[in-house]
Amino acid sequence: MLIRLIGVAVVIVGLVLKFDTIATVVLAGIVTGLVGGMSIMDILATLGKSFVSNRTATLFVLTLPAIGICERFGLKEKAIDFIRSIKSATAGRVIIVYEVIRTLAAAFSIRLGGHPQFVRPVVVPMAEGAAVAKYGEINDKMSDDIKGAAAGAENYGNFFAQNCFMGASGTLLIVSTLNEQGFATVNALDVAKWSIPVAVISVILGAARNLWLDKQLDNEAAKGGNK
Amino acid sequence: MTAAQIVAEVFYCVIGLVFILVGVKALKDDGCSKKATTAAFWFLLAFTFICGQWLVNANLAWVVGAAIVVMACLTAIGGVVQTKNDVPDPDSVRAMADKYGYKIFIPAACIAVTAVVGATLGSKVPALSWLTANNAIGLSGVVALIAALLLTKCDPKYAAVDGARLMDNVNTTGILPQLLSALGALFTAAGVGEAISYYVSMVVPENSILIACFVYCLGMALFTMIMGNGFAAFSVIMVGVGIPFLISKGANPTIVGALGLTAAYCGTLCTPMAANFNIVPAALLETKSKYSVIISQIPFAVCMLLTHVVLLYVLAF
Repeated sequence: MLIRLIGVAVVIVGLVLKFDTIATVVLAGIVTGLVGGMSIMDILATLGKSFVSNRTATLFVLTLPAIGICERFGLKEKAIDFIRSIKSATAGRVIIVYEVIRTLAAAFSIRLGGHPQFVRPVVVPMAEGAAVAKYGEINDKMSDDIKGAAAGAENYGNFFAQNCFMGASGTLLIVSTLNEQGFATVNALDVAKWSIPVAVISVILGAARNLWLDKQLDNEAAKGGNK
Repeated sequence: MTAAQIVAEVFYCVIGLVFILVGVKALKDDGCSKKATTAAFWFLLAFTFICGQWLVNANLAWVVGAAIVVMACLTAIGGVVQTKNDVPDPDSVRAMADKYGYKIFIPAACIAVTAVVGATLGSKVPALSWLTANNAIGLSGVVALIAALLLTKCDPKYAAVDGARLMDNVNTTGILPQLLSALGALFTAAGVGEAISYYVSMVVPENSILIACFVYCLGMALFTMIMGNGFAAFSVIMVGVGIPFLISKGANPTIVGALGLTAAYCGTLCTPMAANFNIVPAALLETKSKYSVIISQIPFAVCMLLTHVVLLYVLAF
């Protein structure tokens, strides 16, 4: 029984040791087939057939030309303009607003570019600016707290809302995996709909987390003698 | 073939065409030392998309399998790289942003809206039965592209240039979801699901749905923490836990699937293995500790994971 799990072991070892992901997955499939008593031809045929029937999972490619043109004509720049135009009194509220926007963008498959293009140049300076305006000066700990919360907001919005878009690769992975396992009724529209509760809750929890950030900053500023 | 299948094949051929464009772009990049292997990867991938169904119908599915093994060898030797892209000049992008303003969001919004409206109509109107959820996604790409071209009045060649550019940015990981679904099929054929469920059944009491929900969500998160990859965890835990312990007990497969992947993402928030999301940003933001982002995310991730258990228990049954 245990030997059958060797494919799972291959995936874990391969990814932990940072081997090439594609090669690791294919190797895991071949090894699994071999210990499962399949012939090489059987394995290749099963792999080929299921790869073809799961082309669904790569449908997101069809949205790339339109998104690429929008980016060429300033999609990301306008998103940045929009966020810059928002005035918020505290670091936590700046991050909350960003998380809401990031969540909506993810649900509409608008790629904002994440940490390098948004969090570092836009969100963190805005949040730190709000904190400096409020407390006069911020120490390293406060700065780290703000940076961690801002980077987190980017991840929460990105991860928990992306599946609300029918053509997201995660949504399509869910559909193709379950279809492949014989659950033919599962489709992208329903998976996207059932991803909405988690997206909404992530925004609420994220807001709570960042209101707590403001509390932490208040405490830290008070402790530091409010210079 | 039904109308829906024919439309789907047309879309898969278009995807194949995008792959060919990436391959041709690689061939033209004389500054790239790996242009031959890179092009070979994309051409093989295009071949599986365009000829795949035909080969499967002709009982030649093994040819596709062999092509995948060759592609895996190409990525294993590091032979597939990004090649020179026609990246838009930042100054011109800024000028365009000022010229078009927020209108540039219209084509982008078209994608999500068309997909939802199309899929809904397709499932309700008999004459539109060809418009399956999958075909609606393809249609959304077409509608958005037309909207973008009408709005910007740019040379239509940029559909090809920018499509290939973004595909090249995504690079080989773009086919990972598809490959993992195929791995799931092999796992099932070889009895891996049975083996995992045999061991899981030692800890999960036969009729405790709540414990099964907990083990499923926690399994997704833990596997993701170990591997750093939520997609891979999803394939394994769905086959080993989700199907035998939840879906076969009457849970709604759509809800089990949707909550499973986001439960896996709770693990992504807590692991240095997901360096792109956690470690690289910490470096980028110059935090004092390289774990600042992870530490900041853990309370949220734990709350979110528990929320998943509750949602699964309440919604799926």
